[in-house]
Amino acid sequence: MKKTYLNKIWTVAAICTLALSTLACNDDDDTPAIPTTYTQEDQMGRPAINTVFVSSANKDQFNTTAPSAQGGAFQAAFQSQLLALNAGYTTNALGLDAATFTTVLATDVLTVSLDGTTTFFDGTNVLTGRRLADDVISVELLLIFGGPDGSANPGLTDDNVDANDKSFLSTFPYLATPW
Amino acid sequence: MPKPKKVKIKIMKRKLAITLGSLAIIASVYLFAADHIDAPGVASTSSDITDFYAFQSMDNTSNIVFVANLQGLLSPTATASASFDENVMVEFNIDTNADAIEDLVIQCTFENGQVSVYGPVAPTQMGTSSTLVAESLSVSAAITAYNQSAVIGTGNGIKVFAGPRDDPFFMDFAQYGQIIGGNATSFNDPGADTFAGSNVMSVVVEVPKSMIGGSGSINTWVTSNRKQ
Repeated sequence: MKKTYLNKIWTVAAICTLALSTLACNDDDDTPAIPTTYTQEDQMGRPAINTVFVSSANKDQFNTTAPSAQGGAFQAAFQSQLLALNAGYTTNALGLDAATFTTVLATDVLTVSLDGTTTFFDGTNVLTGRRLADDVISVELLLIFGGPDGSANPGLTDDNVDANDKSFLSTFPYLATPW
Repeated sequence: MPKPKKVKIKIMKRKLAITLGSLAIIASVYLFAADHIDAPGVASTSSDITDFYAFQSMDNTSNIVFVANLQGLLSPTATASASFDENVMVEFNIDTNADAIEDLVIQCTFENGQVSVYGPVAPTQMGTSSTLVAESLSVSAAITAYNQSAVIGTGNGIKVFAGPRDDPFFMDFAQYGQIIGGNATSFNDPGADTFAGSNVMSVVVEVPKSMIGGSGSINTWVTSNRKQ
């Protein structure tokens, strides 16, 4: 009994020493011994999805739901919100009915092509990325309000702000210097 | 570009509204932006993501550029004292097989005046908890201060920039608020860019396509994550 007890003390002491020396070592080379863990607070894939389609009460929940679970949790609410914004919605310029369109939107990820042009919409390519200059809001307004051929609700399908207030750079880091 | 004054007025109005406790006014005016102040838990905090971009590099078509912007609607005066939160890690998530689950992550931390980029690397944890993949440090660089030229870090084929930039987002968001609030029935022509003259805190990372799937399409999203 006594021997076991002593052994335990030695084991504990050895572990403590090891732990202390490990910590000391890591203080020297700045590598944390314990993994640094984080909890998600905000999230974004496509522009304006949470702000437009999620009710106030659920916005934080949407931000902390992994994309793979967002469709199941939010698609029905997205569809209700789409029809609240545009009661006359049938399909949009992509040919998507309300259920299909909101199924796409509720999983809030941005699809990006690795094979060429990357743009939200440039007249030819659709949803292959998002460039700084893409007029994403007008694209989204058109898909929400414009109907099957984009001609419905003309006063709501373009905010008539088509470009940024500063020119972007042609080289890294691409964004304009601050005001 | 006569907008800075307008933005200042809007910010003043917002402050006044807060003072009066008119939260309903805030909710109706600030309903909508790319992702600016999108939810009560993160609005106006150091982890509020305002925007996310991903596009083929103009410098090198073999690369993809990821941009995360945080802390929107910074006036030039506020920008001078703005900083990244050392306890917030920005993570670009990359799904290479179309199941909306991240197969690769690029993690960015902001400590001691430095931005550090880890990955692209397979995450040790999926979903809404993250563990820093500390052994996969790719590149570090000084965080660029306000009104200094951009500091660009390069290492392992990856480029990084972190610091204040003009908010690249543009929209007549005030008029959208009027429409949603029932005070207007259409946009104005021309519209007024509500974000003109305001800044954000930006993280820009450029990586070779070969490190994130090579060809085909990826699904991607950005998260902000607080140290536990």
